[in-house]
Amino acid sequence: MTVTPCHVTREEGLIFERSRPGRTAYSLPPLDVPTVPVETWIESRFLRADQLAGLPEVSEVDVIRHFTRLSRWNYAVDLGMYPLGSCTMKYNPKLNERVARLEGFAQHHPLTPEELSQGSLEVLKTLEDLLCEITGMAAGCLQPAAGAHGELTGLLLIRACLEARGDARQKVLIPDSAHGTNPASAAICGYRVQTIPSTERGLIDLEALRRAADSEVAALMLTNPNTLGLFEEEIEEIVRIVHEAGGLVYMDGANMNALVGIARPGDMGVDVIHLNVHKTFSTPHGGGGPGAGPVLVTSELEPFLPVPRIVRRPDGTLALDYDRPRSIGRMRAFYGNFGVLVRGLSYILTMGPEGLREVAETAVLNANYLAHQLKDTYEIAYPGPVMHEVVFSDKRQRAYGVRNVDIAKRLIDYGFHPPTMSFPLIVSGALMIEPTETEGREELDLFIAAMKAIDRECRENPELVRTAPHQTRLGRLDEVSAARRPVLRWRSEASSAPSGSPSEERVASPEP
Amino acid sequence: MRYIPNSPEERAEMLRAIGCTTIEDLFRPIPEKFRLREPLRLPSARSEAELLAFFRELAARNAAATEYAVFLGAGAYHHFIPSVVEALISRAEFFTVYTPYQPEIAQGTLQALFEYQTLICQLTGMEVANASLYDGSTALAEAVLMAERLTHRREILMARSVHPEYREVVRTYTRTLGLSVRLMDYDPETGGLQARAVTPSAETAAVIVQSPNFFGVIEDLEAIAARAHEVGALCIVVITEPISLGLLRPPGELGADIVVGEGQSFGIPISFGGPYLGVFATRERFVRQMPGRIVGQTFDSRGRRGFVMTLATREQYIRREKATSNICTSQELCAIMATIYLSTMGPRGLRDVAEQNAQKAAYLAREIARQSGFRLRFCGSHFNEFVVHSEHPVALVLEKLRERKILGGLPLERYYPELRECFLVCVTEVIPRSAIETYLRVLDEL
Amino acid sequence: MATYPEDCLYTREHEWIRVEDDVGVIGITDYAQEALGDIVYVELPSVGDHFSQGEPFGNVESVKAVSELYMPVSGEVVEINEDLAESPQLVNEDPYGDGWMVKIALSDPTELETLMSASEYEEYVKEEREKEK
Repeated sequence: MTVTPCHVTREEGLIFERSRPGRTAYSLPPLDVPTVPVETWIESRFLRADQLAGLPEVSEVDVIRHFTRLSRWNYAVDLGMYPLGSCTMKYNPKLNERVARLEGFAQHHPLTPEELSQGSLEVLKTLEDLLCEITGMAAGCLQPAAGAHGELTGLLLIRACLEARGDARQKVLIPDSAHGTNPASAAICGYRVQTIPSTERGLIDLEALRRAADSEVAALMLTNPNTLGLFEEEIEEIVRIVHEAGGLVYMDGANMNALVGIARPGDMGVDVIHLNVHKTFSTPHGGGGPGAGPVLVTSELEPFLPVPRIVRRPDGTLALDYDRPRSIGRMRAFYGNFGVLVRGLSYILTMGPEGLREVAETAVLNANYLAHQLKDTYEIAYPGPVMHEVVFSDKRQRAYGVRNVDIAKRLIDYGFHPPTMSFPLIVSGALMIEPTETEGREELDLFIAAMKAIDRECRENPELVRTAPHQTRLGRLDEVSAARRPVLRWRSEASSAPSGSPSEERVASPEP
Repeated sequence: MRYIPNSPEERAEMLRAIGCTTIEDLFRPIPEKFRLREPLRLPSARSEAELLAFFRELAARNAAATEYAVFLGAGAYHHFIPSVVEALISRAEFFTVYTPYQPEIAQGTLQALFEYQTLICQLTGMEVANASLYDGSTALAEAVLMAERLTHRREILMARSVHPEYREVVRTYTRTLGLSVRLMDYDPETGGLQARAVTPSAETAAVIVQSPNFFGVIEDLEAIAARAHEVGALCIVVITEPISLGLLRPPGELGADIVVGEGQSFGIPISFGGPYLGVFATRERFVRQMPGRIVGQTFDSRGRRGFVMTLATREQYIRREKATSNICTSQELCAIMATIYLSTMGPRGLRDVAEQNAQKAAYLAREIARQSGFRLRFCGSHFNEFVVHSEHPVALVLEKLRERKILGGLPLERYYPELRECFLVCVTEVIPRSAIETYLRVLDEL
Repeated sequence: MATYPEDCLYTREHEWIRVEDDVGVIGITDYAQEALGDIVYVELPSVGDHFSQGEPFGNVESVKAVSELYMPVSGEVVEINEDLAESPQLVNEDPYGDGWMVKIALSDPTELETLMSASEYEEYVKEEREKEK
């Protein structure tokens, strides 16, 4: 099975190792203004003396070859199915790339006077309005750079709203199936986290929620559909319990792909929701960002939204409103990940209302199709009608000494990206699969066949699965050594001693 | 429907295969009363050609740098982006991938991020860098939270000459945690922070200074860091214009404990404020309190070098409410853009472009100072930005410039009421001399 | 198979303590290190820190998990195992020996009575394993 690396594209070193003195790749026009010695503009003690030694010296061809070769070591949505649960790895339309690169957007400075920024402001205002309609909320803010940033924004809004009611509270309730960002965001807001258990059906335990919903509850953070792919059928009762206790309901909209055009969180009584434009609205994930995490709220929370707000003047033009005395403040510099947001708008306008509904319908159909075809082979942790994703476990394969991670790695050999495994924590050996609507039937059938073949291998040749992947350039990587003795940057062999600061010894060690 | 491969017939077959008659059956778990009966009130679907025309029309309403000479900086900078950046980053293998949780099929992203971390360390003189945060402002807020974790102290000392929007973000992040933020004023002559104005106490977690600061003035980081260290506080250095590192001494050599910044200048389009690149670097001994993803080197089962995400126990998906940050999705693609940009520029290119910025800014500043009614507000060292004091109303000056297709600068009154008569000017390498001369003629005609 | 030295006392959170002359040596059990897998980092308190019984005093980390360490009895830290900074794998290799974590001066030796003996702990681990299945 092992392939001996024989081609250069499989053995590309670091860009620093390609460096050869004197090579260059840049071009600049000649300096066209009269010059002065730089020291007359910048005091010489501020100037660096190291000539930027260590930065790579390479040609343009070197740069192109290097990064093109690296890129070939990645698996991508444009190559095949990428069924990461709760990540919604759908196709990223090319039109949106073209739109975001229009020079009038890409070369538009964020501090351009408003009257000369009407195009970009119109993009943002239109998107905000459309997202309100899609979620059934009253107002929104596009600043948050990603889902977790949206969570933080939403919880700060809840805190501000409760303080304005004269009823600041201490704790946030989070189901045990939640994504890790939920408790982490709550902690940054200074809230204590109380975990709410799930029932054996994988839904929120209403009795436990009732007991926890006391006068200290600021909010419930609810992902719906949850990370098991199940819709919280008792949503009306859940919202009622939290509201009667005086708390607010935050919805993590990571799984909105199951609901667009089908149902609206605002109609269900949700007070705040964030969306992931890089999931539901098709913008590329870029290997871990950039994303965008707009937050939508009810009219009660609107006064607290971050500054600036985009408002329409009576003459129809748009303006940035900074005079918002009850605002929680700013979440980031400027107005948000504009380049991501304009792609999201392009997507919504491409799909239209019927198209968005078809997105949810097809995403849910695809997930149910997978669940149905694989349920006799793999254990479904919480059986029930699934929405956009299905969570299997490795329970049956464990009998042969094979774990979820092994199955995942073996899927790579079959040409698929593995599913999500790090959560939900309530499923031991989870395989969380979200096909999305952009997979065709034959791709789903190939995936199903691969999963069934791996199950056969677990029984007949478990070692093959345990040592997978076998078809990749590298085998399994030693994450233990990486963490025990971290090597987090390249150093030239000549200067492999740590480049500690000369002032290191002087730095007073902070008090523990 | 666009982007949905299966035909209606195929969908019907799949429905039958799972024993359903209508698609509605699949949505039974959603209570009937919440299911939409009407389509959403959204504009109806449009074709690619229609949408391109629609967005072109919107884009044309903006005063972009293609039409105007833009002398605006203040945290977002127009620099030339080499063609290779766009060409490489558009490869689907970088673009359409998720966070590299499966290292065997993500070595491209991982190795590029390892290179990025190395470049940031080299430029800043720090020991470790993460693989990106959202932007400069949130990177600063994260640095403040990290300083609190490291020192268990509750006060932050921040220069007023830190980007005003960054200061607002720090306030948003710290208010609910009960950290207090004390501001340090700039010296009215130099525009920089005098070491004697830095008065940390035994309660101070960190001293925050930006260099070049919001006025474009280069700060005496060594003296400021020393003041912080006297009381065991950390020194956090903010950089919004990282091209300056092509010329300026790295903060790591001057005593910085955490360096944060905006990496947009490194090959990322200005794009009305985002997506940008949050840069974050620190000392090795603080690495376990650093937020964000980190890539490390390791070896595979056959002894070949490879890269993985490491020290992940700091992160939210493992440590949940005890994590160093809630960040998950960050700006990895932008970090790869910066890596390609810096590889292309190399040491000579980065120095040359920094020098061009400094020389062009110095030229315009010199010439403006010669015009009657105008002077430079601050006398400290500058990089590519400076503050102009005008005897004419600022709005009038900028209006006259705008008539000649020049966005001449940022009025400062909104951020600093005492600088009502001032505006901030930025000159980068993309501004041709002809635009500078037009700028000067307009001032001359006033 | 996990081991249970007779000269140690045990907690329900899988720490052990061995007491000699009012100084207790503390670590995690063989069962615990096995459950955690390869240990990559151990975060320990400083000498001089005080902890009461049951209070968390540090963390032990594998690649993808973190576990808190709890004080079996109250006391003041008099020594920490500096070797673990460089070689956290000692906890895997020799949990009751070179993989020890802290030494404390006991403030209330009567608290020892609340801990489990080797045979009681062995029984407890057996129950835990049953639950897992």
